[in-house]
Amino acid sequence: MMSGATTEMGISPPETAVELVGPARPKKRGGILGKLVGPTVIFILFIILWNFMHRWGMRHIFDKPNFLLPSPMEVVKGAFTNSKARGKLLIGLKWTTLVALTGLLISIVLGISLAVIMAQAQWVERSTYPYLVALQAIPVLAIVPIIATVFGGGLNARLFVCVMISLFPIVTNTLFGLTSADAGQHDLFTLRGASRWTRLVKLQIPSALPAIFTGFRISAGLSVIGAVVGEQFFRQGSKPGIGIVMEEYRQKGIFPQTYGGLIIAASLGIAMFLLFGWLARQVTGKWYESTRKSN
Amino acid sequence: MAETTSGSSTDTTLGTVTDSAAANRSARDRSIAPALSFAGVSMIFPDGTHALSETSFDVYPGEFVTVVGPSGCGKSTLLRIASGLNPATSGSVTVDRSSLGYVFQDATLLQWRNVHRNVELMAELEGVPKAERRRRAAAAIELVGLSGFEGKYPKQLSGGMKMRASLARSLVLDPTVFLFDEPFGAVDEITRERLNDEVIKLFQLNGFAGLFITHSISEAVFLSTRVLVMSARPGHIVADFRVPFAYPRLPDLRFEPEFAELSGRISHELRGAHS
Repeated sequence: MMSGATTEMGISPPETAVELVGPARPKKRGGILGKLVGPTVIFILFIILWNFMHRWGMRHIFDKPNFLLPSPMEVVKGAFTNSKARGKLLIGLKWTTLVALTGLLISIVLGISLAVIMAQAQWVERSTYPYLVALQAIPVLAIVPIIATVFGGGLNARLFVCVMISLFPIVTNTLFGLTSADAGQHDLFTLRGASRWTRLVKLQIPSALPAIFTGFRISAGLSVIGAVVGEQFFRQGSKPGIGIVMEEYRQKGIFPQTYGGLIIAASLGIAMFLLFGWLARQVTGKWYESTRKSN
Repeated sequence: MAETTSGSSTDTTLGTVTDSAAANRSARDRSIAPALSFAGVSMIFPDGTHALSETSFDVYPGEFVTVVGPSGCGKSTLLRIASGLNPATSGSVTVDRSSLGYVFQDATLLQWRNVHRNVELMAELEGVPKAERRRRAAAAIELVGLSGFEGKYPKQLSGGMKMRASLARSLVLDPTVFLFDEPFGAVDEITRERLNDEVIKLFQLNGFAGLFITHSISEAVFLSTRVLVMSARPGHIVADFRVPFAYPRLPDLRFEPEFAELSGRISHELRGAHS
């Protein structure tokens, strides 16, 4: 898939994305319990590594004070069992979720429309693709003044950043999907003199669905990143997203709460990723045969 | 899956002389217009491949014509030209395309549609009202022996079942001309023979003009009223064999001496076509 360029900053590597889209794999021994063993073991190892870095690694490997990386227990106490911090972070979560979901929705509508237009002719795709890549390559920092002038310094500007960051995978994956129907299937439609519209609606879009959902999933993670990045630059209005709350804690040197915000933001990304994986299975699971399954 | 054979009786009489079936009725009757006619058709692809050279032949209503020839001799191109998918470089094709059946090498089912919806497709594209195309699809599914599998998706079907669904999809248009582009090349021998029985049954029932492409001489002789042999590229017709066996043709026909003798002559001609 063409999404490689966008993943180094994403939460979700596309290799796993492809796999999860597929239909439920044949049940292995142990059922749900068996499925939990792997993740649990890795989680425990992760916590052990984290603790190790806190107690020993920060000082001996990086030569830095260990309060920069609080222990897991400190984070839980500081951010989650402490009701004041928890309240602040949850409000942050609310605003970030709002921006991420709205931004993603705009990206979906805009991205699919763009891809459909680009799929109409080779020359359209060739002449518009560079701008899409450019949009992806522009550092948000460089255009902050322009965004602020046009969209103000609040939610709308954050939305713009969110769309900017999450649009690309939807366009590329949809475009790839729209051109994926095989020549024989196109011949069928040609035989009956099908119109461009009929071909789009009855052939190209349905066959693109698995790829479209892969795009959704990658962009779902990116939309959370986009929302948080937007919060770094556009903080007007009393709508403090998780990024803003984290930044406040960081400036005050309260690190457990900062990491708590980090965990919440990451969880939001994972939740969106899983949500779209689930949606994809609902829509395409019955008929779609992922390539990973067949071997 | 229930691979039903079409032979309605177990009687193995071959009836090589009786001419009861509609099949042979009009092949030489000039008062009836051909259902499909190639006149001096040549095809040169943009990359310079000379696929067909001055090919002429007719397929009359009630005829089942099979074209055999070496790989890459332009057999499939014939069908693409007949159906209008590719225009010929020169020459002309006369055919009524309003109800054309076309079965491809691959089943080309739409993987997001179940069997019933796949079979409906051609009628749907043709604008046949929903109730009517539903009825036709159900009849076609029944005819190809896929009853009970209407709700299955392509990934749940075997290769043979996919080809049956593909056959049914063309049947909903009640074709007067039926093109088969090596449809059973990818299935195993036993499935292929059963699908051949199926095609014979459909041919007897619908009386379309059939044009069938295959590599298999035995398949060609078993199905057809005429077998045409094509030369290597650029392809043209080098021999025209009438197949005298009456329909319905039963599986054991393949082991009759007359069958072997005709197959042998076609094979001989085909070897000549290769050189």
